[in-house]
Amino acid sequence: MSLKKFQGTPEVQHPDSPDNPDRPGDRVVRSKGEPGGRRRSSAASPLWLVVTKWLLIGTVLVVLAFVVQKLIEQGSWVGVVIAAFVAMCVLAVYGTRHAVPLKYLLPGLLLLVALQIWPIAYTVGTSFTNLGDGHLISKQESIDSIIANSVREVPNAPRYLLSVAVKDGADPATGEAFYLLTEPSGKPLLGDKAGLADLPAASVEKAGNGRITKAAGYQILTAIQVNARKDLNEFAVPTAEGAGIKRVGLAEAFQGKANVSYDKASDTLLDSATRKTYIPRKASWVPKDGQGDTFPQGWKENVGFKNFSNVLTNETLRSGFLKIFAWNMVFAVVSVLSTFVLGMLLALLLNDARLRGRALYRSMLILPYALPIFVTALVWSSMFNQDYGLINKLLHLNIDWLGDPWAAKAAILITNLWLGFPYMFIVCTGALQSIPGDVLEAAKIDGASALRTMRSVIIPLLLVAVGPLLIASFAFNFNNFGLIFLMTGGGPFQDSNFSVGSSDLLITYAYRLAFSGVSPNYGLAATVSLFIFFIVGLMSYEGFRRTKSLEEVN
Amino acid sequence: MSTFPDAVPLAVPHSVDKAESAQPVRPRPGSFRRVWWRHGLAILALVWSLFPIVFIISAALNPSGTMNTAELFPNNISMTNYDALFSDTARPYLSWYKNSMIIAGSGSLASVFIGACAAYAFSRMRFTGRRPGLFALLLLQMFPALLAFVALYVTFVRVGNILPAIGINTSAGLILAYLGGAMGANVWLLKGYFDTVPRELDEAAKVDGASHARIFFTMTLRLVMPILVTVFMLSFVGLFGEFLLASIFLRDVDSQTLGVGLWSMMNVTGDRNKYFGQFCAGAMLASLPVVLLYLGFQKQLVGGLTQGSVK
Repeated sequence: MSLKKFQGTPEVQHPDSPDNPDRPGDRVVRSKGEPGGRRRSSAASPLWLVVTKWLLIGTVLVVLAFVVQKLIEQGSWVGVVIAAFVAMCVLAVYGTRHAVPLKYLLPGLLLLVALQIWPIAYTVGTSFTNLGDGHLISKQESIDSIIANSVREVPNAPRYLLSVAVKDGADPATGEAFYLLTEPSGKPLLGDKAGLADLPAASVEKAGNGRITKAAGYQILTAIQVNARKDLNEFAVPTAEGAGIKRVGLAEAFQGKANVSYDKASDTLLDSATRKTYIPRKASWVPKDGQGDTFPQGWKENVGFKNFSNVLTNETLRSGFLKIFAWNMVFAVVSVLSTFVLGMLLALLLNDARLRGRALYRSMLILPYALPIFVTALVWSSMFNQDYGLINKLLHLNIDWLGDPWAAKAAILITNLWLGFPYMFIVCTGALQSIPGDVLEAAKIDGASALRTMRSVIIPLLLVAVGPLLIASFAFNFNNFGLIFLMTGGGPFQDSNFSVGSSDLLITYAYRLAFSGVSPNYGLAATVSLFIFFIVGLMSYEGFRRTKSLEEVN
Repeated sequence: MSTFPDAVPLAVPHSVDKAESAQPVRPRPGSFRRVWWRHGLAILALVWSLFPIVFIISAALNPSGTMNTAELFPNNISMTNYDALFSDTARPYLSWYKNSMIIAGSGSLASVFIGACAAYAFSRMRFTGRRPGLFALLLLQMFPALLAFVALYVTFVRVGNILPAIGINTSAGLILAYLGGAMGANVWLLKGYFDTVPRELDEAAKVDGASHARIFFTMTLRLVMPILVTVFMLSFVGLFGEFLLASIFLRDVDSQTLGVGLWSMMNVTGDRNKYFGQFCAGAMLASLPVVLLYLGFQKQLVGGLTQGSVK
């Protein structure tokens, strides 16, 4: 929009402008007697703008109120405090005329804090714990779970017929569960988490076998709904100390008694059936005499620097970590250098005004960069297939590209060269075109040959311009998860060691630790992530400092 | 999140357009003899850059649709792979396509808007914490959000327990997770371009009584449209190809994106050979939006990547 249009429509104004305290330089134009100052007093911002603004603020507040209500239902008081704080921020920033920069920064800032800074902080926290498979819950929850699982049917006790229900109107998937039971004598009973109660016989309808099919005020769940509720496996209607009624199958329940009991004073679990005592060791319940199995339900606890020292001192972990780290560095450095050299050569090749069809060449050359990574990585990994792959077929080779550790690394580097050179080509082309013509002319007048001009003028200027990009490219490739995961999955794996693959990067290693291993270990994965943070951050900061690009901020 | 880092500010002394116009654009007649070797090498480069793409297309059109019968150039052409792709009920390709477009489209729109707002504040206003803020953003960018994937996963599982609409397995949740990096990733590039718009324009509008919001929405945003297009494109391509978070977040086959879906078609089925044609057909269609974006906005892309911090 041109300036003229603004000058032509001076009567429309907005309430926020006049009192912007952050622009001392603007005071001049706002002093009394100036045109801006005079008009300000005569016109207000149009009604629809004010209404829209407050409608938007209102919508945000209503949404937050809804969230708060949900949070209160779940008893998450930290969440309530956070939501209330966000609401106050929104009101304070957008409801007043102060803090103009914040009006523009707040949405991004909130998202940044919630979804980038908080996860980093959480990662740091997790790296000091043993969070992982079998260590997801608190100690009390692990005790409860072990006791509930140890409920066994009391011999000769009666079996009940069972219908699982929730209160009318409650969500079948999450609502509090009620057990509608029929005693062998035919007497209907109602069981919930508090205990057993009588159910008036008049309010229920029964099937032929005595199972309750309808009850006033309750909604009976279908078999599918019952199966979907994993929480019912742990649910027992308490009847006496350590005993309860548990579900068995879909339509029956039994009177059972917990074999395991917890002794708070000695902090031990006692299994009355096997007469074994279990003591807490390494966040799990282990048999005191050392014989027999540990309970699978462990708990989450702080382990201090154990994860860090494990990575650095545990023989298997350390050798794996160092191996991966070395390949990770080689991969990132070779990728950056190879793509840069090829991209630069091509840019130099096409940077000749006499060349016809340059635009066409350029469009075609950036195509590899335009394909999504999941397409290119998967296609290349298929092309490297030993038996059917295009590469072996075209070159009449028989290399097991993805099965041999060294061939796999070569295959990945070739693929990444293909993926990455167009980006370098683009930025080098831009940088070449921006080298001032008079510099080249001066070199010519001084009698420099074409080669000499290239070596002493063009390439140094090019490097100055793309230096920061090379660092960023290094940082990116250091964590090039997509390529490795999609092409080789970190493999091939050697000597039946399935935790460390030959082409693993640190990030694919951390991913496998957390998500695809036999026993996920989030704590260790977070530790490896922190190592990556540290390495990449340090290198990038050092690189940026050397290229002095940070000093140009104004 | 695409192949290489999207963009960082680049200290280029002059803009591309200026330099381009300074050079003679029309080739002189008879110069072919002096540049034929350049043509030769360029064609060699084209062979290198295009042969996998030709291979995808020919495998997609290959009637038998297996990997061992796929050649660089097809002998026969048929649409059987596309039929298989669209009629495969276990792998709902169209849902994946829709999910990918929604996630990448709305994610990058929101990300451009958030980035532009922040860049406006950083470029036009002076406030405490401005310089440290800018440096902090640059450093944060060095720590890619995906490194914190464990934390994001655990957080969103908890959020999903309270607000199922934005939990794990939802597009909205994934978009939100992507938006965490919206400000850090693009602010430098955007700010560099915002700085090139003369402040005198703002001053003049202000003299005429326009508010900061009015200046931003009706004037600045239009003047910086080229960089907005570039950033939209870069983040669209990045989100479209993002794999790590998408594979962690989207577990149900119907909620998956193209990347996760096509990957599982090749890996989870365990029969790469059999599904190869179907995969290539899907891959070809999946590449279309991005390739069209690239070819259509090539100028903005090259310009945006290289003149981000031109002052």
